[in-house]
Amino acid sequence: MSDGTARLSAWLERHEMEILASWTKNLKEAGGHGSGKIRDAELDAQCRSFLAALRDGLASDGATEIDGEGFASVRDLLSDMSQSRALQGFSPSETATFVLLLKDPLYRLVQSEMASDPTAALNQTWVLSSLLDKLGLFTTEAYQRSREEVIVRQQQEIAELSTPVVKLWDGVLALPLIGILDSTRTQVVMENLLQAIVDQAADIAIIDITGVPTVDTLVAQHLLKTIAAARLMGADCIISGIRPQIAQTMVHLGVELSVVSKASLADAFSLALRRTGRTVSTLKSPV
Amino acid sequence: MDRIPILKLGRALLVTIQVDMHDRLATALEEDLSAKIVASGAQGVVIDISGLDLVDSFMGRMLDNIAAVSRMLDAETVVVGMRPAVAITLVELGLELSGVKTALNVERGMALIQSRLLQTRLEAVEIGDDGL
Repeated sequence: MSDGTARLSAWLERHEMEILASWTKNLKEAGGHGSGKIRDAELDAQCRSFLAALRDGLASDGATEIDGEGFASVRDLLSDMSQSRALQGFSPSETATFVLLLKDPLYRLVQSEMASDPTAALNQTWVLSSLLDKLGLFTTEAYQRSREEVIVRQQQEIAELSTPVVKLWDGVLALPLIGILDSTRTQVVMENLLQAIVDQAADIAIIDITGVPTVDTLVAQHLLKTIAAARLMGADCIISGIRPQIAQTMVHLGVELSVVSKASLADAFSLALRRTGRTVSTLKSPV
Repeated sequence: MDRIPILKLGRALLVTIQVDMHDRLATALEEDLSAKIVASGAQGVVIDISGLDLVDSFMGRMLDNIAAVSRMLDAETVVVGMRPAVAITLVELGLELSGVKTALNVERGMALIQSRLLQTRLEAVEIGDDGL
């Protein structure tokens, strides 16, 4: 425990109310509560518990190392706070401001307490400044981490949602593809389709690409792979929903899908029914 | 050495692969099968690989070879019961077995061969042959 930080800790305890008042005022002016995303009372509570944790941290050993044991509670507090703010839609700077705005009241505190010795005050300010900077960086990192977690989770959810295999009739499956086909998605699509072919003993799979925005050579290759794999399992594939522009682009690119393709899912379905020996007819009088 | 049994069912031959294929077994199968096609005059070969969960490029090529040889001896090859993982592996290896017909299971493979037999018989009737 160094003298400087222990002294700071003592001052913090003595002047807690003033610091808190000035800090929360600064925060509210600077939009540290995210323009009303959290309530004033909540912000006050967060400030109070952070200051208390900081005081304990400063009083502990190795007080300028925020990785140390003494700062464990400060780190936990900041992680939780950053995480909740990331979810509440705070911007990174709004989140980091929380710690950084504490500088102003603490500098003034140091200056008033050490007015007689400017050199010592400068040193003390420096120690304080680097400590708060580290805490600020830590906050931003925690914020970033939780944002990345959100992105990863959403990617997984999209991947799960994006590859449904639908049973249209006995032995006829449809695979409506939506979005860009990359190699990872093709793998998932292929696995799902093949499993569905086994499970439902399907003869025909209709791959509908109405929702695929662009078809370049790579996407075409992925499609052909899927079709080849389905054929190896004994199922025929029909491609449907190729939009006019896409058909033109594909021809211009020289991409050739050497499979049966139909303009719409309905056409493909009727072909599939015919191939499985069924037909759709209109009733003479509607039921 | 082990041999893979080849069963005769009507005018088709049925090969069920239930053990892990090693290369010598595969070569032996190719020889046995071509001999059996000629001896029995079979018009179709159904190869059931539902027991196979590992496949390499050699296996893929062997299936292609068997199909080519059978076609030369006037028999159609149908590979049935391929597992999804095996299908994906073959496609990734670039082996699409374009010379081989496929079906989901033995039943459908047999139906495929029956329909082919029926068709050749009909054609034979059309040109005034006696259908043999």
